[in-house]
Amino acid sequence: MAEGSKDQGGTGTSEPEEDSPNMIVYRKMEDIVTRIQDEKAGGVAIRTVKSFLSKIPSVVSGTDIVQWLMKNLAIEDPAEAIHLGSLIAAHGYIFPINDHVLTLKDDGTLYRFQSPYFWPSNCWEPENTDYAIYLCKRTMQNKARLELADYEAENLARLQRAFARKWEFIFMQAEAQVKIDRKKDKAERKILDSQERAFWDVHRPVPGCVNTTEMDIRKCRREKNPHRVKKSVYGVPDDGQSQPSPVHISSQPARKPTKEDVQKEITFLNTQLDRHCMKVSKVADSLMTYTEQFMEYDPFASVVEPSNPWVSDDTTFWDVETSRDPSQQRVKKWGFSLEEALRDPAGQDQFLKFLESEFSSENLRFWLAVQDLKRRPFHEVPPRAQEIWQEFLAEGAPSSINLDSHSYERTSQNLKDPGRYSFEDAQDHIFQLMKSDSYARFLRSNIYQDLLLARKKGKSLTGKRLTGLMQSS
Amino acid sequence: MCDQTFLAATFGPCDNCSKASPLMNIYLKNEPINYCSFCVEMMACQGLQKGETLTSLKKESETLKKKLEEERGKLTDVELHQVAEKVEAVAALSIKTRRVLKGHGNKVLCMDWCKDKRRLVSSSQDGKVIVWDGFTLNKEHGVTLPCTWVMACAYAPSGCAVACGGLDNKCSVVPLSLDRTENLAAKKKSVAMHTNYVSGCSFTNSDMQLLTSSGDGTCALWDVESGQLLQSFHGHTADVLSLDLAPSETGNTFVSGGCDMKANVWDMRSGQNIQSFESHESDINCVKYYPSGDAFASASDDATCRFYDLRADREVAVYQKDSIIFGASSVDFSLSGRLLFAGYNDYTINVWDVLKGNRVSVLFGHENRISRLRVSPDGTALCSASWDNTLRIWA
Repeated sequence: MAEGSKDQGGTGTSEPEEDSPNMIVYRKMEDIVTRIQDEKAGGVAIRTVKSFLSKIPSVVSGTDIVQWLMKNLAIEDPAEAIHLGSLIAAHGYIFPINDHVLTLKDDGTLYRFQSPYFWPSNCWEPENTDYAIYLCKRTMQNKARLELADYEAENLARLQRAFARKWEFIFMQAEAQVKIDRKKDKAERKILDSQERAFWDVHRPVPGCVNTTEMDIRKCRREKNPHRVKKSVYGVPDDGQSQPSPVHISSQPARKPTKEDVQKEITFLNTQLDRHCMKVSKVADSLMTYTEQFMEYDPFASVVEPSNPWVSDDTTFWDVETSRDPSQQRVKKWGFSLEEALRDPAGQDQFLKFLESEFSSENLRFWLAVQDLKRRPFHEVPPRAQEIWQEFLAEGAPSSINLDSHSYERTSQNLKDPGRYSFEDAQDHIFQLMKSDSYARFLRSNIYQDLLLARKKGKSLTGKRLTGLMQSS
Repeated sequence: MCDQTFLAATFGPCDNCSKASPLMNIYLKNEPINYCSFCVEMMACQGLQKGETLTSLKKESETLKKKLEEERGKLTDVELHQVAEKVEAVAALSIKTRRVLKGHGNKVLCMDWCKDKRRLVSSSQDGKVIVWDGFTLNKEHGVTLPCTWVMACAYAPSGCAVACGGLDNKCSVVPLSLDRTENLAAKKKSVAMHTNYVSGCSFTNSDMQLLTSSGDGTCALWDVESGQLLQSFHGHTADVLSLDLAPSETGNTFVSGGCDMKANVWDMRSGQNIQSFESHESDINCVKYYPSGDAFASASDDATCRFYDLRADREVAVYQKDSIIFGASSVDFSLSGRLLFAGYNDYTINVWDVLKGNRVSVLFGHENRISRLRVSPDGTALCSASWDNTLRIWA
């Protein structure tokens, strides 16, 4: 095994790379495994276990680890602790001594801790030549515990074909490694061999297992080793024939803030200081009120009638929602705010019907026209804007709306260069007008109340019928 | 509900340059002035003395930040979870996997629901974009893009098209044809062009406009028909990883989050950055508005999710646990906003009580990272996309 000369564990000063997303998680896992191994500080006892004729050095049981995790990370459910422990194993920080598959079991299975030399935070990206040397070396050592698994034998065969021309070199390296290993103490070798194997289990996982070294391509640029300069596990010099890393995003240098950037920031901060903000107690109340109001409509918080289609495979709930007759529950929502009413196409229809009965539908029609304008493709906007002006605002307009002179002036100015937002001001005014005036009356109107109380036309509710009966008797 | 206050409150001719644009109503020496955003910046720069160094400016900026923190701190008279003590706890949830969508050959990176509440589109590292009927598990459409890592996809409001993009630095719109034999890829139309990967995309209220976020640090609004850039949004100092449009019918804002650890709220009309939040300790992978539009949540590689209120202009909750050490990649609210679903890089989905701040449930099932999750439009189900090549629908 290579001499651990380059210990890139990185202690002391924190470089910018230390804050990269992957590093953050690695450091947390390293903190956990360090604490587990610290017997004096409440860690687990690492011991030598006697087994048949031999001794197994430096191990802990799966249960020990699970118990430690539950106690020290405030985990109540053992399943959660097993899940977290398995992830720590999958990243190679702990490993079962007798299995290539890196998971944690809550039983007497024995586990060992990985050497910091092999930690993922060292940004290993071992080459196939290194892997070939490793597998080759394993075949040279006549030990039952070092026999190749099926998938490893397959990998070795594939590598032999790929590296046919330089196999002699690889063989020599493997021999050299075996010689170095023989010089080591027997117990130490057991430990080192297992750690080396665990390293390869992370970087060349068993088929079907998650490869935890896979990176999110969006985060690759900021890694410690962005161009993934190869660093050989066994000290083999890079012969220049190694393939370039498949990750080739042009790495942009981190933008340093210029004077203009900071000036902009200062302007921004000043405007933020001028902003009027609400107290947390007030917004908290507002958030609670909103949530409370909608809880009965939330399928994750309340029961869905007749049933949630995804659970029962019955689509009645959806059929009812899309029907022309809105349910009472749905009509109730229109009463929460004008926005809610307009969000529902049926609510929009009913509100329009009501306004028509009051001969003030032009307000809503204007609002809807402006909404539609904003959704048009770019080239359709100017002519459509003109049409809206003609219909609602021009002198003698057929559906004349009432705007205060200030808004009217502004809108008129905007129309000189008509755009998607030319009517923003006007639309806002009309919305406020509808909200404070027509909407309140709508909620009190028969049109709305009939739907809310599910009064059918022609028939009357029980209450009315009773009154009728009483009167006749 | 209280109205949001944002800076571009009026629209009209600027007092300085007379151009019609969204105006910032600010005070200069107690005089109210209405300048467009460009003129405000020009004025701000002119006001500086000659010879002011970068260092002295940075110092000024730091002082202002501290002052701002102080001012906001004064309004924090109570914590959200304290006020929420009087609310009843959420009933025990029994959420299970109801559907598993198999068919992608590699990591699923993104998904989006159709407005019809059952169809959805998903995109993968293998370059494929698939449209599914989630209810029947039927694959209805499939498009193969020439690039790998399709990180963003979105369903058009009409249900007649999907948008997708990623490592090709573009975002394209593909109309969905009823004719199954038609080659959809041929009809694909490039709309957005960035100078780095496209990390997120969303249609605005219509099929005609597309909003994108990119690794080039910007967001942009595009006209789908012409491919024209309508507005660009500059301000992030690193890759932008996510965006979400405000749910309001009348709103014109959206929020974005990125690798500079900031979440920014933008005015779509002017391109201005209205509000900014910087409390995460690592990349923000996802941002999502609370249903009322008054607040939003974020998911970050610092293993926390946070909740920000726009009216209070600050963070009002942090969702974290000692046992959660892996980054959160995606968040979404349940319909009422009471529950926050968060997908993590440890293959799990944690369900948080937004008001009380505690975790109410954890969903196991996926065998690799969660890349994205979304609650269906009517709130009846949750869909999660994962690096294990599958999507799961939970209810």
